[in-house]
Amino acid sequence: MSFRDTGPLIALVVIVGIFAALSPGFRTLSNAQNIMDAAAVLAVVTCGVTFVLMMGSIDLSTPGIMGASAITVALLVANNRNDNELGLLGVALAILVAAGLGCLSGLALVLLKVPSFMTTLGVSAVGLGVATLLFAGVQPNISDGTLSGWAVDRFLGLSTLTWIAVACVLVGWMVQRYTRLGRYAFAIGGAEEVLALSGVNVKPYKVAVFTMAGAFYGLGGVMVTSQLGAGLVQAGRGYDFSAITAAVVGGTLLAGGRGGVLHSTVGVLLVTVLTNGLVLVGVSPYWQGGVQGLIVVAAVAAAVIPQRRRNQVTK
Amino acid sequence: MNMQIEPEQRATAPVTALEVRGLVKHYPGVKALDGVDLVVRQHEVVGLAGENGAGKSTLLKALVGLVRPDDGEIWVRGEKVRLRSVVDAADHGIGMVFQEQSLVPNLTVAENIVLGSEGLGVRRGVYRWDAMRRLAQEQLDKIGSRIDPLARTDTLTFADRQMVEIAKVLRIEERTSHPPVIILDEPTSVLESKEIDALFTQVRRLREFASVVFVSHRLDEVLDVCDRVAVLRGGQSVGELPTADAAPDQLHRMMIGSTGSDDHYHGAAVEPPAEPREPRLVVRGLCGRTFRDVDLDVHAGEIVGIVGVHGSGREDVCRALFGAEPTTAGEVTLDGEELDLSGTRAACAAGVGYVPAERKTEGMVGPMSVADNMTLTKQEARCSGPLVRPRKQAKLVDTWIQRLSIRTPHRGTPIQRLSGGNQQKVVLARWLVSGDVRLLLLDHPTRGLDIGARSEVYRLMRELASSGVATVLLADSLEEAIGMSDRIVVMNDGRATTEVDAPVGDKPTPLDLVKEMV
Ligand SMILES: Nc1ncnc2c1ncn2[C@@H]1O[C@H](COP(=O)(O)OP(=O)(O)OP(=O)(O)O)[C@@H](O)[C@H]1O
Ligand SMILES: [Mg+2]
Repeated sequence: MSFRDTGPLIALVVIVGIFAALSPGFRTLSNAQNIMDAAAVLAVVTCGVTFVLMMGSIDLSTPGIMGASAITVALLVANNRNDNELGLLGVALAILVAAGLGCLSGLALVLLKVPSFMTTLGVSAVGLGVATLLFAGVQPNISDGTLSGWAVDRFLGLSTLTWIAVACVLVGWMVQRYTRLGRYAFAIGGAEEVLALSGVNVKPYKVAVFTMAGAFYGLGGVMVTSQLGAGLVQAGRGYDFSAITAAVVGGTLLAGGRGGVLHSTVGVLLVTVLTNGLVLVGVSPYWQGGVQGLIVVAAVAAAVIPQRRRNQVTK
Repeated sequence: MNMQIEPEQRATAPVTALEVRGLVKHYPGVKALDGVDLVVRQHEVVGLAGENGAGKSTLLKALVGLVRPDDGEIWVRGEKVRLRSVVDAADHGIGMVFQEQSLVPNLTVAENIVLGSEGLGVRRGVYRWDAMRRLAQEQLDKIGSRIDPLARTDTLTFADRQMVEIAKVLRIEERTSHPPVIILDEPTSVLESKEIDALFTQVRRLREFASVVFVSHRLDEVLDVCDRVAVLRGGQSVGELPTADAAPDQLHRMMIGSTGSDDHYHGAAVEPPAEPREPRLVVRGLCGRTFRDVDLDVHAGEIVGIVGVHGSGREDVCRALFGAEPTTAGEVTLDGEELDLSGTRAACAAGVGYVPAERKTEGMVGPMSVADNMTLTKQEARCSGPLVRPRKQAKLVDTWIQRLSIRTPHRGTPIQRLSGGNQQKVVLARWLVSGDVRLLLLDHPTRGLDIGARSEVYRLMRELASSGVATVLLADSLEEAIGMSDRIVVMNDGRATTEVDAPVGDKPTPLDLVKEMV
């Protein structure tokens, strides 16, 4: 464990400490629950984006894929627009659609050799397009008990959504540590040409990583639908950059080959604690965005300082 | 073809493991291979010698399926083959240790060793770390290495990484029942002499069960470890030599096709520097992360070599003088003025030039052209204000391409397409072009260069010295340090411990220095 790995964790502890000292409202059990619940969707989405970042690619398709899956699930479970009542099968199908869209990013990347920045931006637009077509001007409100229950039912004080997020992080970590897919994603970020020299065809792995990331975003979209009780085209708005920010704050390198799911999860908590804490400490809402940005940059810098060399290349 | 074996000989000759006939590969503007023949027999170490750009690497890449030849044939154990990929080559028992960058730095040693053919180490896409470690350990045992298979690769030393590469390449044994052919492209260029000895022990061990193709620009090494040397010149085979009774200069003559000068350090040809007055560079009590209290004087026109083993800190001293490595204390003056060590820009502005050892990552911008790389520090050579002036640049660059006989199709060719030696010449030329260098710091300036190119670099260094440039040299070998330097500073554990004068005609022996180094 280098400082780079523990740095964000230390930053998290320090920030929690500061807020706890400043605000009595922050150091309550119910606020801890709030933070965990608020972090759930971002944690799931960040799991997906982490694998893409680990390869040294980038993924901006999150809003589109989440939007598509949010509308899809809302139209497949019991809702006010049609007679579908697929329940959990509907959830699975929505995630499948999302995985398909992710797969599309990956295919465009390896077959057309278009950089991931562009392909994922394109797929995001496609996803939003699909969502808008399905939305057709009338908002689908869900009446499926299970799905809406996820946001409110609690187990050990945490909502089902939060437990889903915990499960996702665990699965993500296992994939990263114990599967060829995860290790190759890591290796691709480290030295892709070496894999080729060793006779590994990296293309299927790249496609698989984008597909898996898509599935995570899809689940994220489903979770947002459960929270809102309705399928919205904008379900995933802003999640692209907050997920990337959280991953980077946690120590996952944009250049690839470094970090991982656990790192990113620490980043997610850090970002969520900041949002929560700033409100409770009473920072004016007009200031919050700016202050949060500054603290994020400071946290990243603090994590990188011990690593810094002269003439280090930063992109 | 002079190398074909007569039928009656064939019965008694050792089995041919690999044979190349009339291999041709053209790149735009260059014939990298122009009809090359090569025979490798079983249990034989074959050396491959040739100047920079002679086509050695291209030939070897063709043998592992990375270069598709335009014409010619490759035969493996009497069977004609077409090698389309590294996997293809591995299936035929041919594997290569590449000169640089062929391990994934952020994976463990074990993963690197089994990469691409994990076998039992992965079941249905799921890693079984135990099995993986055992597989890797088996490979490491083959070469008697004690590296921890679960260590992250980027924590190893260069020499250890090379051992890992050899362990990795030996996995091709699992793919064929025949003795493999192992190719080593310039494996020694970055190693220290002790590490080289260890590598040679490995090569001799490999010979017991494999054939080896070995490339190096240090001809004494080639003669030492190989049974036979094949020589390439300009993409053609020009013959071969049994090593038993060959001398380095005989081999060198074959490489360049004429008699070369014996004293390639050009030591005697240059006047010893005039009786010096104030030293140009004065370093007092310089401290940094890996060195302490270093004192160093270099006069104008003088070449001072710094020698020391791995970890002596000499590289960092060199970098510190260029502002590329932080210092904690000490005073440095250049021509009586304090030298600003806060960064590389300040150093460049003060007339300090630096040739880094890591050419690929620090010395050049790979995809940029030869011309742009050469004029990187002297922007005014190609620009007026913010505008690029191509014609002005072209003239200057062409002059230097000619003066240094850099083999490139054109000044606009991306530098990464040049052979290693020619790349280095471009990097050196950068400081020659700028013309106002007062202190030149050379960190292994001849790494990967053939004798001819090295000799030219030496001549350039002499020329620069006689024009008054002060030079600090971290030589590639002790012989080079002794041959080139006027004075040698020995560094030990971060301190400059001894200083030895090395004037022409009264040079110390390598042994004298080794005694001081350890
Ligand atoms: N990908 C490429 N594109 C264009 N030209 C190339 C390419 N690879 C090699 N060449 C050219 O082919 C020639 C032979 O290069 P090669 O790398 O085989 O030389 P080498 O004998 O290995 O030299 P060195 O000792 O410097 O490594 C050189 O002139 C080089 O510029
Ligand atoms: Mg070469």
